Parts: sequence; structure tokens; C-alpha cells
Amino acid sequence: MESVTPQHFLVLAFLLFAVGFLGVVIRRNLLLVLMSLELMLNGVNIALVSFSRTSLNLDGSLFVFFIMTVAATEVAVGLALLVALYKRRQSVFSEDISLLKN
Amino acid sequence: MSTVDILFYFFATLSVGGGLLMVGSRHPVPAALFMIISLVSVAALFVLLEAFFLAILQVLVYAGAVMVLFLFIIMLLDVGPDGGKVSRFKLISGLAGCLSVGILVVLLLQFSGFGNTEGVGWQPVQTGEMVNGESLVFSTSLKNFGFGLFTKYMLPLQIAGFLLLAAMVGVIVLSKKSLSVEEPN
Repeated sequence: MESVTPQHFLVLAFLLFAVGFLGVVIRRNLLLVLMSLELMLNGVNIALVSFSRTSLNLDGSLFVFFIMTVAATEVAVGLALLVALYKRRQSVFSEDISLLKN
Repeated sequence: MSTVDILFYFFATLSVGGGLLMVGSRHPVPAALFMIISLVSVAALFVLLEAFFLAILQVLVYAGAVMVLFLFIIMLLDVGPDGGKVSRFKLISGLAGCLSVGILVVLLLQFSGFGNTEGVGWQPVQTGEMVNGESLVFSTSLKNFGFGLFTKYMLPLQIAGFLLLAAMVGVIVLSKKSLSVEEPN
């Protein structure tokens, strides 16, 4: 690798995180919000792997392993909650979850 | 431009572009497919970083299991197109988004030492077997990874296993029956 530096990977990680954040903030479909959360976690994973590769230290890669585990459980529980919500409300949009509002 | 550069820019464009298309798509099924493109290109970037095991895990866990789960749920709920609805609180969420992205940009420029490429580069990665267990060295060998997991990160590994069990039980309880809670209105 000559001209691609670790900073390139950091900028890419930042871009992925920003795109995921955009999705979490502006989308109302909860399925898409969960997917955007995954995208944010992926950005963080790229940053961790690139730091780990730069400093030749395995700890960052091991953290990525744990982040993947937690992300998989989070998706499973989140989707189960979404299905339970859909059974009651017949909707996957975040504006329909307004029980605390009135 | 070396081959690695071309590959990096190709997969970086693919991952960010897939993410943007996912965020902007009107129907959940194309969104999930764009997400798969994005995740697979992230796996390719892991290969460029010589983290081969993580690339395999990325394809198996994310692009395989997680996205298939998403597609199953989309199928189960039979969600139609939502017309790309965006949030009602456009002003507040836009402000919050701009603020946090701005803070991130400042932090990135501050701490990544941009433009200062002195001493920042890629050292060659070890391809050999075990090193002493004291400092876990980044290596392409899978043995190193496993050694790290079962020595230094033994407790987190067990907690992760327990977390998977708890999540499994929780999901079964959640999806067993409709929860019979009294609901006003």
C-alpha cells in the first residue's frame, strides 16, 4: 500500500457513520432505522480495524468481533420488538408510536 | 495509482453509495439489497486491511445472517413502499445532525493529523504463527486471533455467549404471544 494511508480509512469510516446517522435521524420506517444503525456500527468497525492494523495490535480486531456479536443480538431483539409492535399497531412507522404523547 | 488504491476507492465508493441509496430508497426490499452491497464492500475493505478473518465474519454474519433476517421480517410484515417518508421534526433533527456531524469533522481534522503523513504508514503484517501472549500482535494468522479471544478476552467472550443466550430467550418470549397489556385509546 503506497498512497492509501490510514487517514483514508478514517475518512471512509466517518462517511459511513455519517450516512448511517442521517438514516437514523431522517427516516421514519423503523426497519430502515435499524439498517442505518448497522451502517453506523460498520463505520466504527472500519475505524477500529484500521487503527488495529496501523498499530499492529490485535485488540482492535478483537473488539470488532465483539461489536459484531452485539450488533447481531441487537438486530434480533430489535426485529422481534418490531414484529410485536406491528401486531398491535399494524404499522412500522415511528410516528405511530405515540402512546406517551397524550 | 496502484491496484490497492483503485480497489480502495472502488469499494469505498460502493460502500458509501450503497449506504446512501439504502437511506434514500422508498421500499424496504431494495434498501436491504443496497445494504448487502454496502456490507460486502466493507468486507472487501477488511481484506485490504489484511484482516481476513473479520472479512469472512462480515460476510457470514452481516451480509448473510443479519440481512436475511431483515428480509424475512420484511416478508413477514409485508411492508409496502413508504414513499421515502422522512421525519416530521425536520428542523430539530437537521440541526442536531449538522451539529453532531460538524463536531465529528472537527474531531477528525484535529486528531487524525490530516495532511501530516510523517511516520504514518503501513508496516508489514506478521504472517507467522504465535507470538508471546503478552502483546497480541496483529497478524494474518487465525491462531493469534483465537489466542487473544481465549486469554485476554476470556470474560468478554463468555459474556458475549451469555448475551446471545439472553437475546435468544428474549426474542422467543417477545414473539410467542401478543402481550396482553391494557392499552388506552
